[in-house]
Amino acid sequence: MADIADKKAADDVAPERRPLPRWIITTTSLACLLILWEIFGRDINPVFGSYPTAIAVAFWELLRSGELASALADSLRSFVLGYLLAIVVGVPIGLVLGRFRVAEAAFGFYITAGYAMPLVALVPLLMLWLGLGFTVKVSVVFLMALFPICINTWLGVTAVPKTLIEVGKSFVAPDIIILRRIVLPATLPYIMAGIRLAVGRAVVGMVIAEFFTTISGLGAVIINSANNFDTATMFVPIMILMVMAIGLNSFIGWVERKVAPWQAEIAGRERE
Amino acid sequence: MGQVTFSDVSKRFTLRVDGALHHVQAMDRVSFSVADGEIVALIGPSGCGKTTALRVAMGLDPSTSGRVTVDGHEVKGCGHDRGMVFQHAELLPWLSARQNVMFGLEMKGMRGAELRDTAEKYLELVGLKDSQNRRPHQLSGGMKQRVGIARALAIDPSVLLMDEPFGALDAQTRESLQAELLDIHARTGKTILFVTHDLDEAVLIADRIVVMKQGRVEEIMKVPLPRPRGDLGLVRGTPEFAETRYKVWQALHDGAGLH
Repeated sequence: MADIADKKAADDVAPERRPLPRWIITTTSLACLLILWEIFGRDINPVFGSYPTAIAVAFWELLRSGELASALADSLRSFVLGYLLAIVVGVPIGLVLGRFRVAEAAFGFYITAGYAMPLVALVPLLMLWLGLGFTVKVSVVFLMALFPICINTWLGVTAVPKTLIEVGKSFVAPDIIILRRIVLPATLPYIMAGIRLAVGRAVVGMVIAEFFTTISGLGAVIINSANNFDTATMFVPIMILMVMAIGLNSFIGWVERKVAPWQAEIAGRERE
Repeated sequence: MGQVTFSDVSKRFTLRVDGALHHVQAMDRVSFSVADGEIVALIGPSGCGKTTALRVAMGLDPSTSGRVTVDGHEVKGCGHDRGMVFQHAELLPWLSARQNVMFGLEMKGMRGAELRDTAEKYLELVGLKDSQNRRPHQLSGGMKQRVGIARALAIDPSVLLMDEPFGALDAQTRESLQAELLDIHARTGKTILFVTHDLDEAVLIADRIVVMKQGRVEEIMKVPLPRPRGDLGLVRGTPEFAETRYKVWQALHDGAGLH
């Protein structure tokens, strides 16, 4: 009897379960996708689609020939410069728009309109202005990334608690100090979200620029292999761009935890 | 120095509720003064204009008419002669306790070693020397408000303005902070104008109590308790405390609007 009672008591206590680590979940998800793709991809005409092992082979070919490295370096140059410029320009504009009523009324709608602007349609015009080279690529990346960063920063500023600004005022802090030492740090989570959103758009901008201007970089690899009906090779830069976006996203997350550690501590990361 | 005078101060707000404009008379010809070194409590039901009065004195809101003077100078915006303690402390979450205190000092133009030393000195005054490197979310509610008080005191204002500083704290923490505030007052001799909705708090701490209702000063009462007040638990048991508390209660519940 005592045994049964003990056993029952033991059953009542929920066994301590370690939650599954994130990387296991992510890896499983990825593995499932790749396996399904491999199985079904093999049945498709290689002109219309491809599958992971064929893409891996094409990747190896591109890597060995050195074509991939030079294309990647080419793309990254315009990407990094345009993206960084967008951050350096977009954040201050967003701060000013959010903080000053006059600036918001005078310029806010340009930013909103710019965000919706079909930039692809303007690339030919940009080419007329800036030529076919590096400058126009940087500009397209810059314009694509600028607006989400700017709008998010702007939105973030309007969400800063009024009382924190009053703290600054009550200690007679000048506007510029309130902006730099209260509004900017309080807005950081929004800014980082904007910078993350901009990654995707910047990547799209980069590829578009490489399609329309001097065919170069990863965009050139895509276009050239598509023209040769070499679909497997075409997928290589596409996959690289997606992996790059994921990597950059995690990197930004890491930077965010470094520059705004209080944020994660306040919000916590408890989730089901 | 640290004299505050409200002379006929009025404040009107306009609110838009469902498209209709509503005028709210938050303060209606409010006049009273706070003497140098005195503690005055502003008490009244919510919406009586007590917080508005404090904000006007701080310079965060302009008055519609009338004027507030501090040591004879008319209040026009914020100034280092007044230190504000906010209702929920309002510390900057990305700064440590010490950096929060330093922020106010830097705005006053202090730099270098003096800056750090002064901040530490005031954190010590509120009993937080050991927690000075913690960030706000690593502090309890009571500790946060202590930092808030240190931040306001550090700039050495002539007047300390406090907006329901202990209202959000639990009863025990509130009592210890009340005692501490009296202690700080005894040591620094600061003029203190504080807003509260807590009868006991007003009587325990203040020299005089300004009762406000519907934007008007209803009554100004002297608290006949000697200074230093000593053990606040004992003070609560004295007949003077009970009597004054009852008088304030009556002032709050009688008069216009409730008959």
